[in-house]
Amino acid sequence: MRRWTDFIILIAVLAAMVALFGSLRDSFLSAATLGSVTNRIPALALVATGMTLVMVTGGIDLSVGSVLGFCGAAVGVMMADWHWGLMLALLGSILVGGAIGSTTGAVSVKLRLPSFIVSLGMLEIARGLAFLTTNSQTKYIGAGIESLGAPFAGLVISPAFVISVLFVIAGQVLLSHTAFGRHLIAIGANREAALISGLPVDRPRILAHATLGVLTGLAAVFNCSRLGSADPNAGVGFELSAIAAVVVGGTSLMGGRGSIVKSFIGVLIIATLEAGLVQIGASEPMKRVVTGLVIIAAVLADTWRRK
Amino acid sequence: MKPAFLFLLATLALAACKPATLSNASPDKPKVALVMKSLANEFFQTMAEGAKKHQAAHAADYELIVNGIKNETDLAEQVGLVEQMVSQGVQAIVIAPADSKALIPALKRAQTGGVLVVNIDNKLDADTLKQAGLAIPFVGPDNRAGAKAVGEVLAKKLKAGDEVAIIEGVMTAFNSQQRRAGFADAMQAAGMKILGTQSGQWEMEKANAIATGMLAANPNLKALLCANDNMALGAAAAVQAAGKSGKVDIVGFDNITALKPLLADGRVLATADQHGDQLAVFGIEAALKILKDKSTPADQQTPVDVITK
Repeated sequence: MRRWTDFIILIAVLAAMVALFGSLRDSFLSAATLGSVTNRIPALALVATGMTLVMVTGGIDLSVGSVLGFCGAAVGVMMADWHWGLMLALLGSILVGGAIGSTTGAVSVKLRLPSFIVSLGMLEIARGLAFLTTNSQTKYIGAGIESLGAPFAGLVISPAFVISVLFVIAGQVLLSHTAFGRHLIAIGANREAALISGLPVDRPRILAHATLGVLTGLAAVFNCSRLGSADPNAGVGFELSAIAAVVVGGTSLMGGRGSIVKSFIGVLIIATLEAGLVQIGASEPMKRVVTGLVIIAAVLADTWRRK
Repeated sequence: MKPAFLFLLATLALAACKPATLSNASPDKPKVALVMKSLANEFFQTMAEGAKKHQAAHAADYELIVNGIKNETDLAEQVGLVEQMVSQGVQAIVIAPADSKALIPALKRAQTGGVLVVNIDNKLDADTLKQAGLAIPFVGPDNRAGAKAVGEVLAKKLKAGDEVAIIEGVMTAFNSQQRRAGFADAMQAAGMKILGTQSGQWEMEKANAIATGMLAANPNLKALLCANDNMALGAAAAVQAAGKSGKVDIVGFDNITALKPLLADGRVLATADQHGDQLAVFGIEAALKILKDKSTPADQQTPVDVITK
């Protein structure tokens, strides 16, 4: 029962936000706004999906913004300089992201270091690599990559959006209906107990980081496809948006509890807030203040209900 | 893995980096320190490359030390760099200050210590300089005039009363304020209606979000004026996604390589080239000249060209 009330509250928050912005600005309730929100969220939705898997184990990954920048930089070099096709570049980006995620996971799990610290180190490393690969220059890719992010003819949604929603669904099934998912939750709830009851505790955590890396690699391709270019500065602060979306969706920072579908609604809330604030013409300082307040309020509401 | 191994790894990585030491040390050549903002930024990277090339071609005339900070807003790190350069015994510091006020005390200490200071890129605040009793020459482009010239190209294509919007950079940056003012000058002179100004923080992705929102909220929007080319790229993607290609004009600033295809096919109408690769060189040449002639330092304006293809 509880999972449904959580769900309804999140949807209600989203609906209230849409209604509020709609009443402040007529143009908000339009196909153009819907299109702009669905066009913006695929990258965030993918990373929030992977981040939920990591966070239910009680871990965290602060490097995703830099990894997004580095994978994007790699895509830029592969497509603009080496003239690779989209599919090959996509594969390359996923491999790069997966390799970084696996490294973060393996170093943190095997060497018994907090993932917070290891991923903080990786945040610096990946950003440095992004600048090195592109020689600090924005790469223009153009039409070769734009098809993924462009809406289907006559519709407002893009292939990138459809693919990211499929990954959200697959992620939820993985988390709540497979042994792997239940292991992740068990590890987050109580690692000692999981260890004593003979569950694997190392491999699932490394796999969760690797999955996040792969999804970040894919997210980087979507990000580039929306902009038609690769910017080595892309994704600065992106980790905070992803963590905010996951936490707004009710996943505990301590682990043991989380839902990918709710993280996705968290993504929608963050994206709607962003789009709405731009449309009502809020100033940059106000945008930051309001976004911060909404994040705190959402988590507070969640905590109070659980008491 | 032992911690010692990690340190070894870090040391090796350090050794692989190019040291920022003096090239061709000799006592009689002046040592010039170039203190930049973030070398991760293409613009400053280009500037530093230009300076290194210039030094290589004039190796007999001076020595060059190039330094940059990690994060554009890390003032403390840049103050530290200035102090290190003074203790290294350089004759001149050519600096692109990360902040137009906060660097002044450190630069005053440098100048009192007999080091010539030349200001490039981001102009130091005139009032604060006066309060500190300091005269530092500024060698660089007039961003406001450059932005105005770009805005005038756009104004010719629009008609009076058309709706336009400005996407500015980081609001506290002097460059951004100057470009915004220059854009506004041109638009007001031509009778355009400026719907609003929002900050894209110099970033492609943020500018894309803002342009998308502005296009959705203002169906009659005719043009977006962006304070740098990265943001112009983001805005161009937003125009395309909104299905308004050819209906909304975009202008930028900086003339980066990635913008060329968009200028060629008209998705971006115009940008300004302030000769980024020469900006540091102009400053270095000015410093060398002052050192040689013992002349009084004076402000010097460098060219800005409008680029439309």
